[in-house]
Amino acid sequence: MRRTVSKAPPKPQSVIVLGSGALQIGQAGEFDYSGSQAIKAFSEEGVRTVLVNPNIATIQTSEGMADRLYLNAVTPRLVRQIAADEGVDGVALSFGGQTALNCGLELEEWFREAGIQVLGTPVKSIRDTEDRGRFNARLAEIGVLTARSIVCHRRAEAREAARTIGLPLMLRIGFALGGKGSAIVDTEAELEAALTNIFGAHDTKQAQVLVEESLRGWKEIEYEVVRDRENNCITVCNMENMDPMGIHTGESLVVAPSQTLNDEEYQLLRTVSIKTIQHLGIVGECNVQFALSPTGADYRVIEVNARLSRSSALASKATGYPLAYVAAKLGLGFTLPDLKNAITGVTKAFFEPALDYLVLKAPRWDLGKFQEAGTRIGSEMKSVGEVMAIGRTFPEVLQKALRMLDIGVRGLDSRAFEFEDRDDELKNATPRRVFALAQALREAVEAGRVPEAVADIHALTRIDPWFLHGVAEAMRTEAEVERAGWPIPEATLETAKEQGFSDESLEFLTGRTRGEARTARKEAGVGPHIARIDTLAAEFPAETNYLYSTYHASGDEGVGLPAGDRRRILVIGSGVYRIGSSVEFDWCCVNAVQAAAELGFETLMLNYNPETVSTDYDICDKLVFDEVSVESVLDLVEKERPDGVVVSMGGQIPNRLAMRLHHAGVPILGTSAEDIDRAEDRNKFSALLDRIGVDQPRWAHVTDAADAERIVEELGGFPVLVRPSYVLSGAAMSVAHEHHELARILRKAKAISPEHPVVISKFEEDAREIEIDLVANRGEVVLWAVSEHVEDAGVHSGDATLVLPPVDMTIPTLGQVRRIAQQIARELRVTGPCNIQLLHRDGIVKVIECNLRASRSLPFVSKVTGRNYARAATRIMLGADPGMEHRPLYELEHVGVKVPQFSFSRLMGADPLLGVEMASTGEVGCLGDSFHEALLHGLVATGFRGPKKGVLLSLGPPRWKHRFVRTARTMAEELGLKIYATSGTCRVLRDNGIDATEVARVRSEQRPLGAGFDQPGPLSALDLIDRGEVDLVVNVPVAFDPEGRPDGYLVRRRAVDRGVPLITDPSLARHVVTALVTHGEDSLRARAWNDFLEA
Amino acid sequence: MRPARGGIRLHLEDGAEFSGRSFGAALDRPVAGEVVFNTGMAGYVETLTDPSYRGQILVLTYPLQGNYGVPAARPAGSIEGPFESGRIQVQGLVVQHHEPRYSHHAGVRSLGAWLAEEGVPGIEGVDTRALTMRLREAGTMAGVLCQAGVTPGDARERASAVEMHRQVFEQVVPGDPARYGPEGGPEVLLVDVGAKDNIVRSLISRGARVHRVSGLEPFAEAARDAAGIMLGNGPGDPGDLQELARELRGVMEWFRGPIFGVCLGNQLLAMAAGAGTFKLPYGHRSVNQPVRDLVSGRSFITSQNHGYAVDEDTLPVGWEPWFRNLNDGTNEGIRALDRPFRSIQFHPEAHPGPEDTAYLFDAFVEECAGP
Repeated sequence: MRRTVSKAPPKPQSVIVLGSGALQIGQAGEFDYSGSQAIKAFSEEGVRTVLVNPNIATIQTSEGMADRLYLNAVTPRLVRQIAADEGVDGVALSFGGQTALNCGLELEEWFREAGIQVLGTPVKSIRDTEDRGRFNARLAEIGVLTARSIVCHRRAEAREAARTIGLPLMLRIGFALGGKGSAIVDTEAELEAALTNIFGAHDTKQAQVLVEESLRGWKEIEYEVVRDRENNCITVCNMENMDPMGIHTGESLVVAPSQTLNDEEYQLLRTVSIKTIQHLGIVGECNVQFALSPTGADYRVIEVNARLSRSSALASKATGYPLAYVAAKLGLGFTLPDLKNAITGVTKAFFEPALDYLVLKAPRWDLGKFQEAGTRIGSEMKSVGEVMAIGRTFPEVLQKALRMLDIGVRGLDSRAFEFEDRDDELKNATPRRVFALAQALREAVEAGRVPEAVADIHALTRIDPWFLHGVAEAMRTEAEVERAGWPIPEATLETAKEQGFSDESLEFLTGRTRGEARTARKEAGVGPHIARIDTLAAEFPAETNYLYSTYHASGDEGVGLPAGDRRRILVIGSGVYRIGSSVEFDWCCVNAVQAAAELGFETLMLNYNPETVSTDYDICDKLVFDEVSVESVLDLVEKERPDGVVVSMGGQIPNRLAMRLHHAGVPILGTSAEDIDRAEDRNKFSALLDRIGVDQPRWAHVTDAADAERIVEELGGFPVLVRPSYVLSGAAMSVAHEHHELARILRKAKAISPEHPVVISKFEEDAREIEIDLVANRGEVVLWAVSEHVEDAGVHSGDATLVLPPVDMTIPTLGQVRRIAQQIARELRVTGPCNIQLLHRDGIVKVIECNLRASRSLPFVSKVTGRNYARAATRIMLGADPGMEHRPLYELEHVGVKVPQFSFSRLMGADPLLGVEMASTGEVGCLGDSFHEALLHGLVATGFRGPKKGVLLSLGPPRWKHRFVRTARTMAEELGLKIYATSGTCRVLRDNGIDATEVARVRSEQRPLGAGFDQPGPLSALDLIDRGEVDLVVNVPVAFDPEGRPDGYLVRRRAVDRGVPLITDPSLARHVVTALVTHGEDSLRARAWNDFLEA
Repeated sequence: MRPARGGIRLHLEDGAEFSGRSFGAALDRPVAGEVVFNTGMAGYVETLTDPSYRGQILVLTYPLQGNYGVPAARPAGSIEGPFESGRIQVQGLVVQHHEPRYSHHAGVRSLGAWLAEEGVPGIEGVDTRALTMRLREAGTMAGVLCQAGVTPGDARERASAVEMHRQVFEQVVPGDPARYGPEGGPEVLLVDVGAKDNIVRSLISRGARVHRVSGLEPFAEAARDAAGIMLGNGPGDPGDLQELARELRGVMEWFRGPIFGVCLGNQLLAMAAGAGTFKLPYGHRSVNQPVRDLVSGRSFITSQNHGYAVDEDTLPVGWEPWFRNLNDGTNEGIRALDRPFRSIQFHPEAHPGPEDTAYLFDAFVEECAGP
């Protein structure tokens, strides 16, 4: 028999693992999962690990993970330095997304010269998958079909290719992450517009574009495939996108396993997957994406990701098969039959999971947060998070998943949204399409024409009728519940619960009040059961700890008292990642679980986010992968009877359940639910501050829009901050500078009422924002750290650049902050974590907000100070000592800077402007000996490249134009940059003797995208950006433009679209210039976190 | 939505009972059979028509069944896929959820409608995971499907069942010998005691001509003209096929061409060689069984459906184990050291399941074709 076996490579002694950096659209928490698993797998084999990842909020960058940690940018220059300093002999490229892969590809030659072995898939194979032309050629060698396509480097070539293949077409750009820059074009005009975008108006841009046959409407199917060096192959899981080709898989509802494929199709694609990766020579894990014809067994391979991906994280959680862990072991030379199935402990890693349930992944978008951003979804990824629901029928998992998104829906609610043009909504998808489906099918149920409606909707959406029937089934039940009314007949109640209707939904449909449905189903004995995920559909006995709940099970598995006299705690996870809440809360939860385990507790974790480490079954004693809601937590608590529940580690989702869980008798650990409420309720909190004599910005409730003007008057006039109660990440918060703006904001806030008041507070200008993170024990502060915003107040704390310890604050101010924090902690009897946001100006400190839960900045604070606040807080909540000494800030000999990561480039049209609404999707945290060194490291780690040619300045308010003069002079004289400025700014600079070139004000109607630099007349700001004359844009917006959208928008947007670094805050810009002058991007050196902390 | 037809039950030998709703053919009369489970996630058409399931009540562990419907019936005498024989072979089908609203370009009827057409009852709404755990722990056992309210004893007495020692084979062997495939191709004698049609298709697509004969009749004569002999899969206990094994032993004394056995064919070859078989606690019925080729060291994922296995320790001199199951270490194939006689316990013809071991057919047909 033929044997294709490669010799086992020598096992490396020391491996450098490349991380994925800050979370951004298309590259998120899934790589914390895969990197963490890889580090574990390497460490088990005695291999020393060196991790490079600036994402300070991740588990993989925690103590006890990698032997050596570098919180530094994953750039070729720094990685080379680190690899050389650490003397590694192996490198792992496939666990840090496209960022790690691209960096590794650039260093290929250097790795070879340095004798550093690339683990797993060889670089040549990676290149075969990354270069479209090579990819198609390689697959053609074995007769595997790919989409007909032609690689083009010039517009004329692309036009010719389009003629050859014929419209409609898919245009793709090589080496892109998350489908960035790809588009479907139906007409000549659309083709030309797209080509202009790619090659520039005058074909000046270098680009590689793939002109490809459009497979829109074909089924989109993915396989997760694993191969070892001996050519043993398995497919761990397949997945089917409910949204067919044309909508990026990251934007699709996805089910696993596939639902509408018969065995012939399933095996056809499976066989092609295996054949493909054997031919390409993958060693480890990869993802193969297919388009499958809905009318016959015809397929195309769309893409192979020769690395761990978002889909592989999903597949791991969907099946229980630890893909990243196994891939890491295969990289060390193990073979699949060598390895045990870690979840069962009884079978081998060489097997294919059999599921006796299905999962559904749903994406979470936050498009509403971005002014001007389009709401359509398509071939580019825009979603910021995802959820996974487990169950046994499609309506069940769909309804669970939609609730998990935390977008205020009760499930597949036919009345959730109103649609102006529903057919348009169905045809041109937005994040709300699934609700349009529900609405249309609910109407069809009422009209008795479901089959016709399914056919119509299929024609509009190309969604397979199987999924549409599933939605219709839920709509039939919705109608039946409404018709039946209260009490819901037992059979209907059972059916509804089996189809995933929540108690709250049933209460809504029958007009009952909160809690009645629960009581009714208790009386009827209708409740969920816990079932196990064991990878083999019960074929072998496997006592796994991976659980979910379903109304289809007839009894509980894995439920019971903890062994011996161990006490049990439940940690409630952070749920879906969204702007404002992501991996940082997963870090908090995992640390809470670990701290509790160290104290001897049995730990139970509840979460439903597949891109997390907290949902790895080896993190806790029992993992329940399910909804986080009052209903699901009560169901779980009634079965498992934990001695305590942690709600303060997972951010706002668990935190806001505190009061209701408390009233239901659930033992909440740490600060009491009443005290949490006293901090969250603005009236109560404000009264508390007044009583203890702590200052706060003036504020008032508006319960009637007509009173707003008078209230603003009373507060001391504009500008004011307007926000609804109970907010996270500044949702719907905005600043009003004058009457019209206020009226517009209040209109947007919709129903203002005494139950839903809006808070208006005085907006403090030119103040600085500070945050204090602390851990307290019965009101006494045990650990505390103060961070300061680099930007002026008014930038959301999640978008601000944070520095710790503060560099622009006097000792007396620090003292005040410390005292205020202690006062508040004592007043609220804080036990556990707490975060307070404050303002200071001229020595006066005011409190803005207080959260009695772990904050977004907790991992940053913990890793900069070397004190794990999450662990200390958990220990205290469990009645133990904090387990560590406080480290005063003045003892730190280094500075930590947290820099936000934005994803504006993926959100076409969005105004990349910072404000009170949070817009960043991730962050990095870097250390340095000085503030400016750490800042520069942080900037580089978020993709910033120092300017070499010219800078465009547009400095907004007059006071800033003057304050910026010195910085502009530094730019010109010390950085040697050519200065371009808009008229007002230019005048001020010239008055101060700075040589600046004036550029025209920009009007969109005069200078459309890409047009005009060769036209006569002065250059516009847009032209400069298009021509690459400037490589930094500093655009400080004027506070308020009564004419509507300011010109600045076009400049900011163009900078983002052309990948030119953009700074919109003048304070930050000043510090960036200082950092460039004092340190210089090219002389930055990486230094290990371990060494900083030991110093 | 609940069907109007009311509750029915599955009673197990050990006293356990599972309630559910009727689908497929109406349950006018109880049906009995050995209850077995399969963990494959797709492929119910192939599985239900696999003659190896003759006489058994089949539990599918994947909770959604019927999603892609069922293709039109094939003409009489045809061996076209995805059907693996001319009829549904199981006594009854147990699922968590039957999907009557199927969607597929090839589907023309629902799974339930097909079962009804062929007179096979189904039960849905059963926690098939709980049922599977029961079968796994207590071992495969007899069960009876009946209307709620009927006592298990009464049900068993009245139930239609297949007699599993003789009748089961008689019901699946071909009536008259048949020939398939290109004239002039090397002739393969398929000794059939319930072979899946895809074994025939796998051979003819590689250029072989297949002579399909009943394994319950003497076949030594037919073997004289054959370039190779294929021993197919089938239902029941191989211990009931002693006569066939004896016939095979006789042929093996003079046959010079290759012999290749699949599934039951593996057990028959072992018996003919003088080895024994034993009953597995709950069998291997899934499409994800890992096996290792002991000669090459390579491992493969295979499709399997068997309740008995070859006892490796009883293999006589001149024979060696060829494949072994990576999960439980049981035998998955044997081969003769000095003659081209070999067999495997798994299904290289797949349908349903992975096609990774299809290369074994290549090798066999090549050998039949000779140098």
